[in-house]
Amino acid sequence: MPPLVSIEGLSVAFNGVPVLRGVDLKLQKGEALGLVGESGSGKSVTWLAALGLLPRHAQVSGSVRLDGREILGAGEAELDRVRGGRVAMIFQDPASALNPVLTIRRQLCETLALHRGLSGAAVKAEALRLLDLVGIPDAARRLSAYPHEFSGGQVQRIMIAMALAGNPDLLIADEPTTALDATIQAQILELLSSIRREMGMAMVLISHDLGVVAENCDRVAVMYAGRIVEEAPSNQLFADPVHPYAQGLIGALPPLDGPRRRLIAIPGTVPDPASMPDGCAFAPRCALAAEPCRHAAPSLAPVADNRAVACIRAEASRRALLGMAAE
Amino acid sequence: MSAPLVEVAAISRSYRMRSGMFGRSTAVHAVDGVSLTIPRGETLGLVGESGSGKSTTGRIVLGLEPPDRGEVRFDGKPMAAPATAAWRAQRARMQMIFQDPLGALDRRLPVAAQIREPLDIHGVGMAAEREERVRELLRAVELTPAHGARYPGALSGGQRQRIVLARALATKPDFLVCDEPVSALDVSIQAQVVNLLADLQAQLSLTLLFISHDLRVVRQISNVVAVMYLGRIVELGSADDLFARPEHPYTQALVSASPAPGRRSAGRIVLSGDPPNPAARPQGCAFHPRCPRAVARCATETPILSAVGGDRQVACHLVTGSKPATKPETKAATRDAA
Repeated sequence: MPPLVSIEGLSVAFNGVPVLRGVDLKLQKGEALGLVGESGSGKSVTWLAALGLLPRHAQVSGSVRLDGREILGAGEAELDRVRGGRVAMIFQDPASALNPVLTIRRQLCETLALHRGLSGAAVKAEALRLLDLVGIPDAARRLSAYPHEFSGGQVQRIMIAMALAGNPDLLIADEPTTALDATIQAQILELLSSIRREMGMAMVLISHDLGVVAENCDRVAVMYAGRIVEEAPSNQLFADPVHPYAQGLIGALPPLDGPRRRLIAIPGTVPDPASMPDGCAFAPRCALAAEPCRHAAPSLAPVADNRAVACIRAEASRRALLGMAAE
Repeated sequence: MSAPLVEVAAISRSYRMRSGMFGRSTAVHAVDGVSLTIPRGETLGLVGESGSGKSTTGRIVLGLEPPDRGEVRFDGKPMAAPATAAWRAQRARMQMIFQDPLGALDRRLPVAAQIREPLDIHGVGMAAEREERVRELLRAVELTPAHGARYPGALSGGQRQRIVLARALATKPDFLVCDEPVSALDVSIQAQVVNLLADLQAQLSLTLLFISHDLRVVRQISNVVAVMYLGRIVELGSADDLFARPEHPYTQALVSASPAPGRRSAGRIVLSGDPPNPAARPQGCAFHPRCPRAVARCATETPILSAVGGDRQVACHLVTGSKPATKPETKAATRDAA
């Protein structure tokens, strides 16, 4: 089956400083992909670049294909059909994504008119249906309310309704629950999962929270310093992470049950994009780093079915594991 | 056992809030009858969602705000009146760490000068001794004097929080209130700071009040955990036991809502309804409109925090006695029948 989205060698630089350094990613129709990594790892920039949402001075290169059609550098008219239509995006801070002086009805209807060409009674009925779908109680009356009259969780529900207005094939949720309380986060994640199943929509869930991603995605890609360092089905990644950075992220998470242990912290900090180390970007913080790690940056290579890792040491250990002769 | 360092007895604090420009002002009960004791060298974790009153509790315990009712005792003595000499002396022994280290630091001063500031204010030692103490503090938080010469903007988030920690430790306090100290940090850096805090606590026998919405981090560092909901403690118990066997329906939902790698969301308790609004506190048990187990009594009668066996205390009509598996069920059943 041809992938819904296929990203190849996507790179982004701001004023000559590379922040995304060659990202390859494929997404199937209806699939839920998690993207984890720390701040500055490039999780959001990947999708902002893919959708042409970065400021003009960003230097973007590579290829992004949607259903086989190149959208990187496409014209504004084509991008307008893609954005909000085939691909929708929701963000961490939903309140700032809504216009505070317009009612919810105005904002929902605008999206519907733009992407679905609806008008008159049809657009109002559809707006009501969407608000019902995302679980806003008393939707008919609440349509005429302003954004400040809703709680944070409800505003995120409204953003999801607006994202669904164009019947997208792909929803990109960028830290959708980070600003919300735990019990509200659980509500929103459940809503996203059930809508995705019902509509057969693909989803990219961007989060710094490994638990959120593990529970809601089929497959996970771990990013570090502008590259994907490991990609695996989520249950396998958390049971058996291969890349030392992925291992470190999981080891750094305090357990909620069982015996307490000292947290395994990753030493040091994320490298500054302006002075990236030679070779593997993680090598200066890596306990397993060897001399070759400091010379060439490893590329993402398959280690098993559906699993790929960008680590010299991981490839070596995997070869030993499968009893294959070293080259 | 020696007397606890911090004793909080039934503190309450309410604010007046006006709805709209000409609206009538209403009282918001941020904290309502909270009692806590923290033994020396131990950590009490305070968890709850926004609006639960956990930060206000922290501020009252530190004496940054007076309680309307109730009393805070520090080292056996009541808190001195604010802005008196006795208060200043007491305040040097207790310090606070906030979530946002950049907001807590002055961007136009080298960080070493900021670590030194509390020593100047409280008149600790001679100038040369203070310089030496700053170097010692930088070492304690695993930074170098070179870091001290930098401005906050030139440090990473984790390094800034270390500076805030070093400054808080400058006056050799006995007690630290940490309000979401690692929430703004990335996971790998969070682990560094949590480990550092645990090490410093052991070395300096610090007593901590650790406020966070992150159950994992709270469990990692706390001996005892109190769960707050709309200004009240709804459950209190030893950290491991509380998260392994939560009794209060709200604690059960919180634990269940905490995502765990390697576990699918099946069977998760998802609470219906909006987050609690402190300005419109429901009658009876404040949690009853969202509680999956609420019965008629919950809407009228406010449950009191009481011991339910072991060291656990729960404020819920449905959780009573030491055998919670059978007792509450029969009780709920008779009430439904009545």
